[in-house]
Amino acid sequence: MPELKFQARDVSRVFGHGKRAKVAVDRVSFEIRDREIVSLVGQSGCGKTVLSKLLLRIDAPTSGELSFNGQPLAKVSDPRQHFRKVQAVFQDPFSAFNQFFTIRSQLESCFHLFEPKPSKSEIAERVDAALLAVNIKPREIDGKYAFELSGGQMQRMLLARIFIIRPEVLIADEPTSMVDACSRASILDYLMKLKQELAMTIVFVTHDVGLACYVSDTIFIMHQGQIVERGAPERVTGAPESPVTRQLLDDIPDVHRNWLERGERASG
Amino acid sequence: MSMSAPVLEVERLRVHYLTRFGTRVQAVDDVSFQLNKGEILGIAGESGCGKTTLVSGCMGLFIPPLYHSSGDVRIGGQSIIGMDREQIRRDVLGRKIAMIPQGALNSLNPTRRVKDLATDMIVSHDDRAGKREISERLRERFERIGLDAKRVLDAFPVELPAGTKQRVVIGISTLLNPELVIADEPTSALDVSTQKSVIRLLFDLMDRGIISSMIFITHELPLLRHVSSSIAVMYAGEFVEYGSTEQVIFDAQQPYTRALMGSMLSADAGQRGKKPVAIEGAPPDLKNVIVGCRFAERCPSVRSDCAQHKQELRVVQLRKVRCQYA
Repeated sequence: MPELKFQARDVSRVFGHGKRAKVAVDRVSFEIRDREIVSLVGQSGCGKTVLSKLLLRIDAPTSGELSFNGQPLAKVSDPRQHFRKVQAVFQDPFSAFNQFFTIRSQLESCFHLFEPKPSKSEIAERVDAALLAVNIKPREIDGKYAFELSGGQMQRMLLARIFIIRPEVLIADEPTSMVDACSRASILDYLMKLKQELAMTIVFVTHDVGLACYVSDTIFIMHQGQIVERGAPERVTGAPESPVTRQLLDDIPDVHRNWLERGERASG
Repeated sequence: MSMSAPVLEVERLRVHYLTRFGTRVQAVDDVSFQLNKGEILGIAGESGCGKTTLVSGCMGLFIPPLYHSSGDVRIGGQSIIGMDREQIRRDVLGRKIAMIPQGALNSLNPTRRVKDLATDMIVSHDDRAGKREISERLRERFERIGLDAKRVLDAFPVELPAGTKQRVVIGISTLLNPELVIADEPTSALDVSTQKSVIRLLFDLMDRGIISSMIFITHELPLLRHVSSSIAVMYAGEFVEYGSTEQVIFDAQQPYTRALMGSMLSADAGQRGKKPVAIEGAPPDLKNVIVGCRFAERCPSVRSDCAQHKQELRVVQLRKVRCQYA
């Protein structure tokens, strides 16, 4: 049995107080094992991003216990310690980079997380290696700024960061929703590469069950802050138990299935 | 077929951008199609292939650095090339063509109430409309598209969830019952369930006769199977395959269309485990003049002379294909 990366017991995150309290994550318990790819799937507003922020420790649960590598997250005093091991790739690649610095200098700044910091020539070498890992010629981005690249290229830069930092866990929050379909396939390829070559544990957040099914070992279906179904992708998509899962599967516009008939009335 | 003119005719349209340094980028090259009443045309392609530029051209919106190079656009038989911008705004936009913009979720002014934004749409085309009449019209239309009119009209855009905001944008852009609606990636920022309800709403508007035809732009080729009656696949400013939905989705002839289909995922039982294949490389830089096939560099079935000959659209198995070996 591989060791546990994350362990959550009755974790909740509530925003606001009293009558106006909004429960974003509602008493969820789960375990994420080493080298596992787990997908959090659900509609917008189901709490999947809030949950992934809890895992990243940029937000704390209001109740319940969340631990990483057996240690309660609440007791980690220096967030950098955690960031060294858990990193994220977000939905919108354009807002992830600072517009005022070159991409290269921002990739180099990743090394601030390392103790001791490697030498300049070693940094340059490792940045080049990471760029090659995501199929970008290092000279191609020299002196370039974030706005000069396309969405797919930017998303690959974010993955290059992950190849540099080599965290134990990667949290990928809708990494493919802003890029077009052909870049999507290559982003997925790099995620698989991270798992295979760097033995990374990946938490993949998405609203597309099809996508989750393709990449993951385990799928968690979320609805209104709760995990309503969990299991292996074949089981979840082949024999869904929860109506939420069935709805999600039905809504995928698959070419071989009737998806929407003309004349169906719009509903509120 | 009735004798009336097609809703939209585009004839050999070429459109270019001029960069700051005077370089000419031919973003749309020799595109022709026509759209009849009741038809939905889907346009698919990678980002940067010229989909959005093409529809700006279709609306006559040549705002520098975008310029018209040659070709014609006719709406209801009347050419809009050469019309001045104010005339286009008054007579064409909103009345004949309406656009649902790409970033629909960010296209509502956050400092004004939905009611005021919608009123603007009516007043800017009809300055004699009375206040009472306008609010009655808004209430009626918003209810018809399945919104809680009272609550939504009084709200600020930020107070509404994404799906509702998208409905509001669709509601406002179709207020004047335009014949043609151009939806530029209306669903790409939405989750699968909301996406379905937005498309259902667009169909509903067609079935009720509020709009009569539609151009639907997306990079999700499989989605078009359920939406459009015909599909045009665009690559580097050109149509590379143009035919009925069945033909393009299930029996693609052009290598790019096939590659695009191959890069898609499927949750379908029989297809599960099928690996999506990325198209390596990037589209050519349109600043350069490209002689041969524009897809040659990335094409899996490229032959030695592909890059030398200009590729023309020709009819292969009842649809138009731009590939000499298809």
